[in-house]
Amino acid sequence: MSSPVLQVRGLKVTFSTPLGPLVAVRGVDLDVSAGEMTAVVGESGSGKSVSFLAAMGLLPKTATVEGSVILDGHQLVGASPKLMRSVRGRLISMIFQDPLSALNPVHRIGAQITEMLRAHQTMGERAARTRAVELLEIVGIPQPGDRAMQYPHEFSGGMRQRVVIAMAIANSPKLLIADEPTTALDVTVQAQILEVIQKVQAQFGTAVVLITHDLGVVARVCERVNVMYAGRLVERSGIHEIFDAPTHPYTRGLLASLPQTGIERLVPIAGFPPNMLRPPSGCAFRTRCADAIAECEHGVPELHTVGAAQSACIRAAELMRPR
Amino acid sequence: MTQPDIKTPVGVPAGGGSLLSVRGLVKQFQTKAARGKGGRKRVVQAVSDVSFDVAPGETLGLVGESGSGKTTVGRCVLRLIEPTSGQVLFEGVDLAKLSFEELRVVRRRMQIVFQDPYASLDPKMTVGASIAEPLVVQGVGGDHKEKVVSLLELVGLSADHARRFPHEFSGGQRQRIGVARALALDPALIVLDEPVSALDVSIQAGVVNLFNDLQSRLGMSYVFIAHDLSVVRHTADRVAVMYLGKIMEIGDAETVYEHPTHPYTKALLSAVPLPNPRVERSRNRIMLEGDVPSPVNPPSGCRFRTRCWKATDLCAMQEPVLEVRAHGQLSACHHPEG
Amino acid sequence: MSNEFTTALTGGDAAVPVVSPRRMAFNRFVSHRAAVVSVFVLAILVLFVALSPFTARYGVNQSVQAPPNSFLSPRANAWLGTDDIGRDLYSRLIYGVRVSLIIGLFSAIISVLIGCVVGAVAGFRGGRFDDVVMRVTDLFLAFPFLVTLLVMRNMLGAISWLTPIVGKLSSVRFIIVLFSIFGWMGVARIVRGQVLALKEREFIEAARAVGATRRYIVRRHLLPNSIGPIMVALTFSVVGAIIGESTLAFFGYGPQAGDGATSLGILVGQAKGAVNTGFWWLALFPCLTLVTIALTINFIGDALRDATDPRMQKDG
Repeated sequence: MSSPVLQVRGLKVTFSTPLGPLVAVRGVDLDVSAGEMTAVVGESGSGKSVSFLAAMGLLPKTATVEGSVILDGHQLVGASPKLMRSVRGRLISMIFQDPLSALNPVHRIGAQITEMLRAHQTMGERAARTRAVELLEIVGIPQPGDRAMQYPHEFSGGMRQRVVIAMAIANSPKLLIADEPTTALDVTVQAQILEVIQKVQAQFGTAVVLITHDLGVVARVCERVNVMYAGRLVERSGIHEIFDAPTHPYTRGLLASLPQTGIERLVPIAGFPPNMLRPPSGCAFRTRCADAIAECEHGVPELHTVGAAQSACIRAAELMRPR
Repeated sequence: MTQPDIKTPVGVPAGGGSLLSVRGLVKQFQTKAARGKGGRKRVVQAVSDVSFDVAPGETLGLVGESGSGKTTVGRCVLRLIEPTSGQVLFEGVDLAKLSFEELRVVRRRMQIVFQDPYASLDPKMTVGASIAEPLVVQGVGGDHKEKVVSLLELVGLSADHARRFPHEFSGGQRQRIGVARALALDPALIVLDEPVSALDVSIQAGVVNLFNDLQSRLGMSYVFIAHDLSVVRHTADRVAVMYLGKIMEIGDAETVYEHPTHPYTKALLSAVPLPNPRVERSRNRIMLEGDVPSPVNPPSGCRFRTRCWKATDLCAMQEPVLEVRAHGQLSACHHPEG
Repeated sequence: MSNEFTTALTGGDAAVPVVSPRRMAFNRFVSHRAAVVSVFVLAILVLFVALSPFTARYGVNQSVQAPPNSFLSPRANAWLGTDDIGRDLYSRLIYGVRVSLIIGLFSAIISVLIGCVVGAVAGFRGGRFDDVVMRVTDLFLAFPFLVTLLVMRNMLGAISWLTPIVGKLSSVRFIIVLFSIFGWMGVARIVRGQVLALKEREFIEAARAVGATRRYIVRRHLLPNSIGPIMVALTFSVVGAIIGESTLAFFGYGPQAGDGATSLGILVGQAKGAVNTGFWWLALFPCLTLVTIALTINFIGDALRDATDPRMQKDG
C-alpha cells in the first residue's frame, strides 16, 4: 500500500476563549490515500471543519494546534508561513460552502484563476490565460472563453462553485478539501457539482476529503467514511460497511434519524449537541447513548478494529452480535 | 378534527371547510438594480398566479428550490408582504380588505416559525419575554408567566429556561423557542418557513416530530415550506411543488412522491441523494442542465422548458395549466409523465 | 449555520448563572486594558473637577500674590505657574475643564437625542421619507464645520428674540446650542444604518407577525439593539464638542462669561502667545490636559464599540 497523501496523527486544536480554553479537536488520527474520496461526517461541535482548517493553517491566532499533519512529506503543524504559502494552492486546496466569499468581487474570473496559476507555477500571462479557459471548460462552464471575462456576480451559485473548484485544482494539488461544498446549493445543482468533483478527481488523480453532514451525499460519491463527534473520531469504515453495519451508537443514531420512506415517525438522537467547553468525561456521546454503561465514563475511547471497521465504542463488538 | 378533503381540485370557490384559500396570488418586486435592457426597471416575478387550499388540521408542503417563490407565498399568506394581486381568504375573510387594526385581530389566528434560529429571537430579550411578546402585543390579560411555562414544556424545554437569553441555547433549542412563541396565541394556521433547514440532521428529526405531535394535540394547520423533499414527506398531507413562481404539481403527498407526473417533480425527487449507497449508485438519475433561470425574465410558455428534456415548441408557445392526472393529483405540463 | 462552540443548556443547568448580553458586553469592555485605565484616569479628573471648591487652590480670577506675579513659573504657591495677570493656572485649569466637560456632555446628549430620533424614524420608515431626511442631513454635513460655526454664531446671536432661549452670544448655553444643532448628523447616520440592518432581521418580522405597531417595534426592539452604536456615538460626540470648543476659543470665540471665567479651550488658546515668549507652562499644561481627555474618551469609545459590536453577539 503506497504511503497516504495525508497523514494526521494526534491532531489537537485548542481555542482560547473568554470563557476558558475550548478544545475543539481532541486527538484525531486520519489517513487519506491518493485518488480516494473520503468523507468526514459530523454535526455541530464535531470539529470536522476545524481539523482541516488547522491542517491548512487557516485558524486564527487564538487557536493552538498540536500533533502532526504530514502532507506529501511536509509537516504542516508549526510550519513556517513561507512553507504554508508554498503548500497551499499547490499541494493542498480547500473549497468552502460559500463560493462568493472565495471570489474577489472586483476581479474578473479569468484573472483570479491566472493569479492562482502564476502564484505557484512559472507561466507567462498568455499561457496562464489559455490554461484558465481550459480549466473552466473542465469544470463544465459553457462558453469558457467569454465567461472568463466576467465578474463573480454575473455567475449563479452553482457556476460560482464550479469556478472555485477550477481555482482549487489549477495547480493539480494532491489533496482537495471540500468543506460542505453543496450545502448552500439547490438540490438539482448539488448533483451537478458532485459530478464535477468526481470528474476532477478522476482526471487529476486528486485525493478528496468531503466534509459534510449529509449522509446521502456521502452515499453517492465517497469510498471511505470517518465519523466525528465532539472533537474525536468515533468510527472509520468503508462506504457500504458503514450503512450496512455501523459500529458506533452515534453513527447508528445518525442513520436512524434520517427521513426515510416507509417509517412513520423519525427517530432523533436524544439530548443536545455537546458543550465543547465542558464535554462529558470519557466517551462524549455517553450522555445521549441508550447503550452506555458505567465504564463509558472513564478513559478516552480509542479506535479499535471491529470487523471491517474501526470503532471508538468499547461495546462495539458486543452490540454487533445478533441478540 | 375534520378529515382533510384532499381531492378538492383548485378552482373550486372557497368555503365549505377551507381554512386558507389562496387564489391567483401574484407578487412582483421592483428591483432597485440598474435598469435592464430597453431602460425598463427590472421586475422580479416572484409569485405568478398561485392557488391552493389548506383545510383545518392539514399540512400542506410547499416545496421548491431558490427562486421558486415559496418563501414569498408564505409571507403573502400572512400579509407580512403585500401581494401585488390575487386573493388570500383566511377563515373566509379576505385579508387584503382588512385595516391594520382588523388585521391585528386576525393575526392571532395565524403565525409563523422562521428558518434561522439565530436571527428569529431578539438577542437582548429573555426567552420568556420573547415567548410572551405575542400576548403583550395583543393585549392578552392575565398572568403571562404561567402561559410561558406551559408553552416551554409543550415544546420540550423547561420552565427554568425562561429567564435565559437566546445565545445560551443551541440551534435546535432556539427553534423550539420560536415554535413556543408561535403557539402563544393558539393559532389555527402556522406557516413553517424552512424550520429545520438550519439544524443538524439528528436534531431535525426531533423538531419534525414536535410539529407532528403538536398538530395531533392542538389540531392546527401547517404550511410547511421546504427545499428538502425528504423532510416534508414526514409531515405533509398534501404537497405543492413550485418552480419560478408557479405551482408545477400539487396533490396528495404519497401520490406525488410515488407517481410524480411533472418532469420537474421527477427531477427533484431524482436529485435528492438517498442515504443508501447501493441504491443511490445504481439509480437512474435525471440530471438537469444549467441553473434556475432568473425570475426577472422567466421563460415564455412553460417556465421549466429550458431545463426539461421533454420540451417541444408547444411548451414555448403555450403555458400549461393544472390538470387532473391519473392518481388524483394536478400538474401543469403538456407532456406529463406516467 | 453550524455553531462549533454550542453551549446548549440542559434541564439540569439551573446552577449555571444567567449570562445576559449586558454582562457579556461588560466583560468584553473590561478586556481592553487601555480603556480600563482611561476610565480610571477620567474618573479621577472628573472627581477633581467636581470637587473644585476643595481641589482648586485659588479662585478663578484671583491673583496668587501681590505683584509682581505675572508669568511666574511653576513653584510652591502656584503648582502650574501663573498667567499674564498672575492667576494660578492649576486652579483655572480645574474650573476650565469643568466648563468644557459641561459643554461636551450636554451638547453630546442633546445631539444624540436628536440624531437618534431622526435616524430611527428615517431608517424605519424608509422610502421617500428616508431620502428627504438623509438629504437634509447631508446638507448640514456639507457645511465646513468652523466656518458654519462662526457664521451661525453671529446669525443666531443677531436674532434678538432667540436670546432668552439660547443664551447670550458668549455664554456657555449658546455654545451648547450651537454644537447640538451641528452635531446630530453623525449620530443620525449611525442609528439609521443600525436600524436598516436590524429591520430585516427575523425577530422584527416576528413582532410584525403578531400585530405589533411600528412604534412598539422601534421602542422594544430597534432602540435596545442599537444601544451599542449609540453609546459609541455619544462618547465621540463628547470629544468632538470639547475639541470643537477649544477650536472656537483658539480663534477668540470661546465662552466668555465674564468675571475671568474660563474654559479649557480658552486656556489652550492662550498657548498661542506663550510658546514664543518662553512661558512654557501656559502651553504645556492646558494642551496636555486636552490631549489626555481626548485620548481617554477615545479609548473608552473604541472599547465600547468593540464590546457592543452586534456581529459578536450572534455567536455568543
